[in-house]
Amino acid sequence: MAAVNVQEKKKEIKVPRKYQAGSIEKSKGTNKQAGKKIGGTVGIFIFLTVLGLFMALPIYLAIIMSIKPVHELFVFPPKLYVIDPTLDNFRDMFQTLSDMWVPFSRYVFNSVFVTICVTVAQCVFASMAAFVLAKCRIPGNNFMNKLIVTSLLYQSNVIYIMQYIVMARLGMINTYWALILPSVASPMCLFLMRQSMTTVPDAMIEAAKVDGANMFTICWRIVMPNQKPALMTMIIFAFQAAWNIQGGTLVYKESLKTLPTVVQQAASAGLARAGVAMAAAVFMLVPPIVIFMMAQKNVIETMAHSGIKD
Amino acid sequence: MEQVHKTLKDSEIGKRTKEEERRLLWLQIKQNKECYFMMLPFMLVFFIFTIVPVVMSLPMGFTDFDMVQLPKFIGLSNYTTLFLNDSIFIQSIRVTLVFALFTGPLSYVLCFLLAWLINELHPKLKTIFTLIFYAPSMANVYTVWQLIFSGDSYGYLNSVLLNLGLVTAPVQWLTDSSYVLGVVIVVQLWISLGAGFLALRAGFQNIDRSQYEAGAIEGIKNRWQELIYITIPSMGPQLMFAAVMQIVSSFTAGTVSQSLVGFPSTDYKAHTIMTHAYDYGWVRYEMGYASAICMVLFIAMLVCNKLISKLLSNFMD
Repeated sequence: MAAVNVQEKKKEIKVPRKYQAGSIEKSKGTNKQAGKKIGGTVGIFIFLTVLGLFMALPIYLAIIMSIKPVHELFVFPPKLYVIDPTLDNFRDMFQTLSDMWVPFSRYVFNSVFVTICVTVAQCVFASMAAFVLAKCRIPGNNFMNKLIVTSLLYQSNVIYIMQYIVMARLGMINTYWALILPSVASPMCLFLMRQSMTTVPDAMIEAAKVDGANMFTICWRIVMPNQKPALMTMIIFAFQAAWNIQGGTLVYKESLKTLPTVVQQAASAGLARAGVAMAAAVFMLVPPIVIFMMAQKNVIETMAHSGIKD
Repeated sequence: MEQVHKTLKDSEIGKRTKEEERRLLWLQIKQNKECYFMMLPFMLVFFIFTIVPVVMSLPMGFTDFDMVQLPKFIGLSNYTTLFLNDSIFIQSIRVTLVFALFTGPLSYVLCFLLAWLINELHPKLKTIFTLIFYAPSMANVYTVWQLIFSGDSYGYLNSVLLNLGLVTAPVQWLTDSSYVLGVVIVVQLWISLGAGFLALRAGFQNIDRSQYEAGAIEGIKNRWQELIYITIPSMGPQLMFAAVMQIVSSFTAGTVSQSLVGFPSTDYKAHTIMTHAYDYGWVRYEMGYASAICMVLFIAMLVCNKLISKLLSNFMD
């Protein structure tokens, strides 16, 4: 492929030995580049740590509260640690969940199924559309770009009613479609991907075209592999949004409800069950955090790639 | 492809007839049908489940609609009531503006600054710090916030302040009208390192290393110069994305205020436009009026977006 040739040509440019890509990779991406003092890096680390401790406080408190026994929840002065950690709150939550007349596994299945469908569809659809919007000069393209941004800005509480009307017309109320379809076309993901793809050089695409690749191949084989950071970020957004889908007004059959709805139900009952509420929040937070860690690791590993831009 | 370009250029000399123009357009569409096919799945779903409901909701601001009877057209009456007779709406505009002016620019700068600082660290630390800063926007732990700012001495903040002797009696953070907006702003800032922040992180990761290498040869001396001459100019698209997300989150904030300081808040001090729309839509079921409120907000956001994209594009080039 011609794109490869472009890459090779790039590498031929003579660069003084100590600035060559290899030597930087060897230093594992830490900043031993020109003029970057190690002191500065330590300073940044300290600053971020202090700020990070502050930022992490609410999450930390939530975790702490979820493992506090009831008699420790409301002592004065409030403590930042647990003396006698317990999993009672989690047990209590699962107990409530398993007492419902729809088996708990059904909710888990609903949530997992919907999340996978939405995440995959969202990423695939948005990537393809973003590629076209960013890189093809075709009639209507500009209009579409404006439409996407405008739709991001539009917020209205009547929209749910209209969505219900559309769904009802299509006969999709109380089906899995009602949970999946409204979230599949996310203008945010598309916008993110499009913005990132505008930095792909046209020369690369032209070269692939000359070699006879069609647009589909160019998108998935040439452009997307270079968009790993944006793709991973999109997966994080998509998963997070999908995991929190509640169905709201579009689904009211108990057997179609998702985890967020039932977990909320199990956790709600005033301040006395604050511990259980925290357990529920922590429980719901685990999958997004796992996905986040996996995706971010990937984002950061891609950094050493180079030589594809002009 | 080439041919089309040629015809385009040649025909620019003479004038094209309407017929010719239409044929040219059709030719372009036909030649790029692959592109349209790739766009189709997204656009189809987007059209049915977003555009159609949006378009259907646009004229609702001109109607009287209570969700039981059919909407009744009443012209501009909703809008005149809004601006002339609804003092709480005027108050909510003020609150939203103060809120947006504080949280918008501040969290935008914070997003960029933190994304950049994290980028200067070792790869392993990057993941951890990104998680720490992003996590608050993932979790809906309003209960924790309520406990931190709780008005009795059991609240974390009050207990710390009492212990230090800074206050003598517990402060009513969530109900005292002089504090509520401040508290809501603080919490919003806390959870505002969301989509924009992650997009910027990805953007930093995507910058070609060879640019830094070239920069080093050309005499870039320190982090600041690197940031200003290399990083920012190649981050344009991500900065734009973050700006749009920031506009959306700071203008439409309402849930934070509602779940934290109650609904309605004391003296409507934290009553944003979104909260007002919620009030009329889901409490009083005056949907026509609520969608007029949303329309005003939408127009404000459009104007703001236009201004910011102009500002950013000047800045980038």
